[in-house]
Amino acid sequence: MKIPRRPLAVAASVAVLVTACSAPDDTADAAACTPGDAQSVTLTYTSWIPGIEEVVDVWNKANPKIQIKVQTGPNGNNGTYQNFFNQLRAGNPPDLGHIEYDALPSFRVQDGLFDLGACANVADARGQFIDWTWDQVSFGEENSAYGIPQDSGPMALFYRKDLFEKNTIAVPATWDEYAAAAEKVRAAGGYITNFSQSDINQFAGLSWQAGAHWFANDGDAWTVRLTDPETTKVAAYWQGLLDRKLVSTVPPWTTEWDHAYNSGSAWTWVSAVWGANSISSGAPDTAGRWAVAPMPQWQAGGAVSGNWGGSSTAVFKGSAHPYEAAQFALWLNTSEEALTLLAQKANLYPATKAGASLPVYAQGVEFYGGQKIYEVFAQAATQVTPGFVWGPTMTSTYATTSDGFKTAVSGGGTLTGALAAAQRSTVDTLKSQSIPVKE
Amino acid sequence: MKGRPAAMTVMGVCTVYFLTPIWWLFVSATKTRADFTTTAPLWFADVALVDNVREVLTYRDGIFVRWMGNSVLYTAGAALIGTLLAAMCGYALAIYRFPGRETIFNVVLGGVLVPATALALPLFLIFSRAGAANTFWAVFLPSLVNPFGVYLARIYAAASVPGELVEAARIDGAGEVRTFFTISARLMLPALVTIFLFQFTAVWNNFLLPLIMLGDERLFPVTLGLYTWNTQVNQVPQLRGLVLVGALLSVVPLVVAFLLLQRFWRNGLGTGSVK
Repeated sequence: MKIPRRPLAVAASVAVLVTACSAPDDTADAAACTPGDAQSVTLTYTSWIPGIEEVVDVWNKANPKIQIKVQTGPNGNNGTYQNFFNQLRAGNPPDLGHIEYDALPSFRVQDGLFDLGACANVADARGQFIDWTWDQVSFGEENSAYGIPQDSGPMALFYRKDLFEKNTIAVPATWDEYAAAAEKVRAAGGYITNFSQSDINQFAGLSWQAGAHWFANDGDAWTVRLTDPETTKVAAYWQGLLDRKLVSTVPPWTTEWDHAYNSGSAWTWVSAVWGANSISSGAPDTAGRWAVAPMPQWQAGGAVSGNWGGSSTAVFKGSAHPYEAAQFALWLNTSEEALTLLAQKANLYPATKAGASLPVYAQGVEFYGGQKIYEVFAQAATQVTPGFVWGPTMTSTYATTSDGFKTAVSGGGTLTGALAAAQRSTVDTLKSQSIPVKE
Repeated sequence: MKGRPAAMTVMGVCTVYFLTPIWWLFVSATKTRADFTTTAPLWFADVALVDNVREVLTYRDGIFVRWMGNSVLYTAGAALIGTLLAAMCGYALAIYRFPGRETIFNVVLGGVLVPATALALPLFLIFSRAGAANTFWAVFLPSLVNPFGVYLARIYAAASVPGELVEAARIDGAGEVRTFFTISARLMLPALVTIFLFQFTAVWNNFLLPLIMLGDERLFPVTLGLYTWNTQVNQVPQLRGLVLVGALLSVVPLVVAFLLLQRFWRNGLGTGSVK
């Protein structure tokens, strides 16, 4: 067994060597964000948004001096983020990249993002974005912007209007009413919803609504608060529904899950604006029977929403033309032309204040019985609690939380226990990456 | 004869085990999107295979066709040249005596044990330095080398090319290169087909290397393209059906290659074992 080890060791040391001599250089950081003097530039932009090429074509036709070349790949967590990290290490990242809000901090701690706050054009555009979406890219720092907000996922309640009416159950406006309705739905043979055991983002959105702040960064160190009182309250609430077997626990995003909605076994879904499309495609037999109401509230009469999903367009450190890159990113995420195309091609719901009044969102949607569902989401978008910050190691936090949730769902623990474990492991992961953390 | 029913049972179970997923894939590929979630997974509903295939082939100006073409180019090209390289290398190691021969062979053997996955990132960093990441060559060149092929070729050459024959060719005045191509390579043919098939499947299924190397979707092989689609299903639900049909189409070339070459292959495996 001696021989085979040698080539492995050689390969490993080569990797270390190559890595060592191609660390990203820091000089780019100092480059002020001003218009370049080059006659014309070509920038690369990596994004996995379906149909992005057509949107970019519109820009390229109108801006011969700033040409954008699209690169693509699988969605972020399935490979493209890892590619970004590899490319940063190799010193050849694209100029622009598509990065979801919850992944931005991990690029920030790796010093991979250009702070666009220094760009005059970006600072001027800040007012066009809904405040909480700007928090997602500035991390709450004044005059910083590590990306331009692209889309958002304000949450609301999708529910089977026909079934609620037939069984004379009132549409729940608070979480207490939702739990009460769950009993009635169960008595009628259905489940009020499906608890997402493996997609932690939904739980994050629910906690966000309750006022949780999972992470904070005071400039020196990170604080992890997966067990803050708000999150614990949400976890205990869902644990109660699970214990009373009032929710189903089919793994999300599977055909089984589609089937639960298509067959009328699951009656509601607290989800983001893009969920409208997930239902209509996953549960085609239920066309016309759904409606959308505001998210149930923790306090009667409240008007608070959560957010699930959303992404930004970031400029990588090392880009030789940050000003031009920012110029494109701003057009992509604020112009009516681009936002309309993004809505049509990829169901992206804009992060701008004006975005909600795009004509594409003014129509009634047939699948939802002709209801103008986007009015509900436009309202929700303005009610998302500001100041929610993601941590720099979300991939691992999601993984441990989801492991714990799966165990809890099969009866081997509780959701609060899973969060306590995720809290410990997140702190450990931060430490192991030498990221300062306060305990 | 006593063992026969038992053997048949094992074979039967294996057959069902291996064919069920393919059957599921085939059945699913024939369904409309609505039927896919609502009807029994292992039996047909309304057959819409032709429409589905047309949709895959024309979606976004036929990008799928391009991916298939890329895969064929990467795979057939790399497997052909790779087989030639492996054959020459294995032949040289088997026939010629020279200092360091065993060391070279051992290093190559060691290479068999290094998973391709472990090499993808170092390769990416090297190609980045050379400014050749995100090009055709970034996937093609690393696919050419195949240590397992060298190993097989050496074993087969030692077994099927008699030293006396090579000696005779030399006496008749044939150069080494000519001897290799006109005599030895022919004797090794069954082995070469085996190596070709191994490498063909390995490159066709190689996923991590293109994933890390390529950003331009016009260079994607079909595996990476389908994977990319699959990760976009939440945003564009239409893609779920396309991924299924695409996956079915993407195994067709492999099946064809095996059916055409299996005669040689069986031959090759047999030859080695008897000698």
